[in-house]
Parts: sequence; structure tokens; C-alpha cells
Amino acid sequence: MAEKFDLQEREVWDGNYAASQALRQAQVDVVAAYPITPSTPIVENYGSYVANGYIDGEFVMVESEHAAMSGCVGASAAGGRVATATSSQGFALMTEVLYQASGMRLPIVLTVVNRALASPLNVRGDHSDMYLGRDSGWIQLDAFNAQEAYDMTLCAFKIGENHSVRLPVMVHQDGFITSHTAQNVYPLPDEVAYNFVGDFQPLDDMLDFSRPVTYGAQTEEDWHFEHKARQHKAIIDSRAVIEEVFAEFEKLSGRKYKRVESYMMEDAEVAIVALGTTVETAIVAARELREEGIKAGIVAPRCFRPFPYDAIREALENTKSVAVLDRSSPGGAMGALFNEVSAALYTTANRPLVTNFIYGLGGRDFSVAEAKRILKEQKAHAEAGHITTDIQQFSGLRGPKLGFFQTKRG
Amino acid sequence: MAITSIKNLKEFSTTNDRFEGAHTLCPGCAHSMIVRELMNCTDDNLVIATNTGCLEVSTAVYPFTSWDTSWIHIGFENAATAAAGAEAMFKARKKKGTLKDNNASTKFVAFGGDGSTYDIGFQWLSGAIERGHDFTYICLDNENYANTGGQRSSATPIGATTSTAQAGSHSYGKKEKKKDLVAIMAAHGAPYVAQLAPNKWKIMAKGFQKALETEGPCFINTVSPCCTEWKFDPKDTIGLADLATDSLMFPVYEIIDGHELNILYRPKNIITVEEYMAAQGRYKHLFKPEYRHIIDEVQKQVNKNWEMLQRREEARI
Repeated sequence: MAEKFDLQEREVWDGNYAASQALRQAQVDVVAAYPITPSTPIVENYGSYVANGYIDGEFVMVESEHAAMSGCVGASAAGGRVATATSSQGFALMTEVLYQASGMRLPIVLTVVNRALASPLNVRGDHSDMYLGRDSGWIQLDAFNAQEAYDMTLCAFKIGENHSVRLPVMVHQDGFITSHTAQNVYPLPDEVAYNFVGDFQPLDDMLDFSRPVTYGAQTEEDWHFEHKARQHKAIIDSRAVIEEVFAEFEKLSGRKYKRVESYMMEDAEVAIVALGTTVETAIVAARELREEGIKAGIVAPRCFRPFPYDAIREALENTKSVAVLDRSSPGGAMGALFNEVSAALYTTANRPLVTNFIYGLGGRDFSVAEAKRILKEQKAHAEAGHITTDIQQFSGLRGPKLGFFQTKRG
Repeated sequence: MAITSIKNLKEFSTTNDRFEGAHTLCPGCAHSMIVRELMNCTDDNLVIATNTGCLEVSTAVYPFTSWDTSWIHIGFENAATAAAGAEAMFKARKKKGTLKDNNASTKFVAFGGDGSTYDIGFQWLSGAIERGHDFTYICLDNENYANTGGQRSSATPIGATTSTAQAGSHSYGKKEKKKDLVAIMAAHGAPYVAQLAPNKWKIMAKGFQKALETEGPCFINTVSPCCTEWKFDPKDTIGLADLATDSLMFPVYEIIDGHELNILYRPKNIITVEEYMAAQGRYKHLFKPEYRHIIDEVQKQVNKNWEMLQRREEARI
């Protein structure tokens, strides 16, 4: 029986600590992990909870992130609650096994502290790792601050472990800005948090020898497609469970979450769509612009996967011009979030104008002033009735402006 | 619990059958014999992890499975870690009392070919052994990447021709010595390390039992003659294994706690490596005059290794 951990109603935690407290409260059975900045404290804390009797679990410190996720897969197939954490290069090294975990429908929770991918080597936050996982078949939840890192991690277990979902879940937070910044966090009492997540209910348990199971079979052109289609359907259909879990969480915590968060969008003409800590920066900018008479709003996917095609469309269909911000180097394409938001808006009656900003790579600061400038630019597009700048621009880059492609609608 | 009556091969080969005969391994492949021996030598619950390779692609082709026990395959390199993760979960659940049967004896075994063990999975194996998980890793060593059509691995011996270390007018095949993985695993301080062979089936079954009963990480290298890539008649598999052990190309021995070496099989009539090589197509080119010196070179290495093993055994340290 685990020792009691003293919690205050209000704690001052950074995002890493918040995530690790959620792992403790969920009483994770096995964490197989490998350290990497900036996510390291999450697993260090889990290890110290085990060492001090606050968790009855196994902490397996392996020799690489690939092995960390491999150990998580073996442990999860053995019928218990499993979690780990990583960032950046570690995430990249895990990628092979991420696909295998989701293909085997194992409800592992991975807390990802977002960080840039080398080269050049960089430890600061951007969304390159998060984007790298976008086709991996994992549900991806995004936390914009420490409180949400805690809340989303608890929700992640309940979503992924639901037997109609049976998928692994990532919880993203921004490296350093969230992970290392102490903020007020209101945790649930241990018992309330554990009861919310519930006992782990094994399914196809390798340690139930009355019913042997085979994990990781071979399929070629005869069956592989059907498996992947079922998996895709499961992640698309998880939307309903995600909403149910968020609703249940609201009852316990008073904190309301949606697959897509909208701020000041009721009458918004211009909007920013963004992920992570940028959302809070953009909200400040929109508030200030409203005082100047610009009807600005902010839309933020809480759920990056399954991509909320439906809810994004609903949130943005009455706007005139939308800036989609991608914090990942697109490597010769438009930003991924831009592409997905544009695709969603293409099927609306009014088809708002959509532009793309690549920003904040390798932890480059994104300011309220820049968010305001971007929103004002949207206002100019809206008034002109077409995009008046390059469709894709780099924001916050040193040296001459960098932008690509022009509209054909003007 | 170990099955103690390992006397009659016919009886033993059909006891406690948890590995179905229906699979797509080549006729004459030794993998299935080795796997069956492992699974028949114990009554314990088994969780088996398997690296990508011949064994994996031939025994779990959806919607079929040859495994009548818990089985998992993740990737080419990480069966050791899959077994380690499952073992960690077993410990966690046993502590919490959430297992279906909290008292059942349960063992964790990982299988890999030499490609996935000596090469791509080396780090995962080393990590899992170093961490001391209670599991047994069994390498099915056929000295090449057979599943992808016979490429060289670091287990391929000098002089063998493979599709990526070709013999030709300017080459005698693989130039490098086989990696001594048994020594490397023993150097990890693993409590039980052995090299075993399916022709010496009683010794092999006892070795498997010893590994399963030993607490902590155990490593066993098994010779698995590959009729497809070594190029011999599928009916001669065990004959080839006899030549391998009797020429001392594959000496059969164990190392306990990283230092105590015991030779488990001493051939009454040691044969030459030339005789072993002559039985396989992969060494055919070595019998040309210009490459015959390689056979002599291998014989010298084998003699030296056998002397080293005997001296270590005598030393009792």
C-alpha cells in the first residue's frame, strides 16, 4: 500500500512536477524511461516516489528511449498501467516503437515535453517532436500550462484505457516555458484523482495464461490494411470518449476542457490558431486588440490527434481571416497545422482566408506584440477580401523577411 | 517447474506441446527444434518475446499463431526489452495482487536470431542483462540474416560466403572473425551463460532448465544450422549440428556467474573444420587452392579457442 503524500489545495508546481504528480496519483505500475532534457524531472520524480514508497510500481531505467518505449510495450501487454516521458531526440528515437505501441492497441501514456529536433542541436521548446508523432496512431492532447499538464495526464489514462478506445495517448507541454516554470496548480485529492482514473482493467493480458495471446503478428497485403483502417476508426471515434472524460473531469475539478478551445470567438472576425503556451500569449494580444475595436479571437486544438476537423470548422467558419501558427520547421511544405485547418475550412460556406506563420523554432520567443501584428495583418486581409501578404511567412526571424506563395483569389 | 524425465526423445518432443507444428519455417530449419525444446522442458507459464526474423515471420502470420502461450513481437531489436518490460509488470502486479493467479510460476524468455542478437539488438540485450531482469535470452544462431536472404552478420564466421560478404575471384567471403558474444554476455556478470546445440538435446534441455530456474538474466547461444543459407540437404540438419559440435566450431559449454566455465560436451572423436566445411555450400570456394589457407587459419583459431576453454575450465576460477 502506497504511503500518503501530503498535498495542499493549491500547489506551486512546474509542468514536469505536475505531470509526475498525475503519474503518482494514477499509481502507474511500470515506468520504463530514459532521461532527456527538458522532460527528465518527470521520470526522476516517479523514481523518487517509488524509492519513498509513494507508489507501488516498478521504475525501469533503460539504456535508450527506443528501449524505454519497448519496455513500455512489453509492460503494457502484460496488463497494467504504464507511462513514460520524453522530448525531442528521445522522441525521434522512440518513433519506431510508437507505431508498434498503437498498432498493438496498448494504452500507454507518454508525457512529451516539446523540444526542437537537431540539427542544430537545441534544447528549447518547439513542436517538432509533437509533429513527428502526428501519424503514429497516438491520441495527442496538448497542455498550455502546468495545471493543464496535470489535468490532461489524468485524463489521458482514462481516455486511452477505455476499452472502446484502447490507444496510447501523448500529453504535450512546451519545453521550459511550461515544464520549468512554477505556477499555481490545483491538484485533486489523491483518492478523487485515483477514482477518476480507476483501477486498470486488463484486456488481452499476457499474464492471464488461461487465454494465451499473440501480440505483434505479421500481416501482409491480405490483412494489414484492415488493421490500419480499424485503428484509424478507433482514433477518430475516440472523440466521443474524450468529450465524456472531459465532462466527468469538469464535474470533479470545475475545469472545463474541449477538443478545441475557443477564446473570444463568438463574434470574432480574425483569429489565430495555435498550440501550446503561444495560446496564452495570443489571448492577451486578442484582448488588447478588442480594446482597439478589432474583433479578434483565438482557437487552440486541445486535441491534436484525432485532429478535430469538425470542431475546428465550427470554431472558425464565421471568421474572415485566420492565421495558423506552426512551431515546427515544415521542411519544404506549408505548416502541418495550417494544412489541416485549411482543409477543414475548405468545406465551409464562407471559406475564410487562411495564412501560415512559422514561428518560435528552437525556443525563439513569441511576443504579445507579434501576435497583435499578426492579427492586425488578418484584419487587413479581411478588409481587402484577399490575402495581401505571402501566404506562408516566418515570424520572429532575424534578417530579411522570409515568405512564400501568393493568393490567386485577389 | 521443470519436467525431470528428459530420457526419451520421442516422448520429450511431444510433451506439453505449446509450440504448434503448423508454421512456415523452412523444412529442416533447426529453429523450431530449439524452440520446442525450450517450451517442452518446463511446465511453468511462459511469456515469450521474439525479435523480427525467421522465427517471428513464420510463427505468427495473422490470423494464425503457432504459440499456445503468451507471445509478443515488437521489432527487430527489442525482444529483450519487451521481455524485461513484461517481467517488470509481473513484479509490479504480483506486489499489488492484481494477477489472475498470483502464485503461478511464470518465466520470461526472449528469442532472437544472430542478426538481431549480435548486431541490431545488441544494445537492448546488453541493457536488459545489465539491469538484472529475471529472464532468459536465447539466440538462434544461424550465422547470417537468413530471413532477408542470407546477408553477413557479426556472427558469420571467416570464409563463409554471404550475399553481402561474397566469395569471388578476389574474395574468400567474410573477412572478419565471428564476434564472441558468449564471452561478452559472461562479462556482463550474468548468472548463467551457455552455448548449446540441438543435436545434444539432453544437454540443451538441461541448460534451458538451468537458465529458467536461475534468478536473474541468462543468455544462451544455440547453433541453428540453416539448410537454406548454409546450403545443405534439409534432412541433414542434426548431422550438420553434429559436425559443428564435433569439430568444435561450436563448443558446448556454460559460464556461471561470469567466471566458472564448464565444458558440457567433449567430442570423443574431434573432427576437422575441413570436414565440417565440406558439408556446406557456403564454404565451397575455400576448397579452391588459392583459398585453402583460410581453412587452415580457421582450424588454428578453433584449436586455440578449445585450448582456452579447457584451461579456463581447469582453472576453476
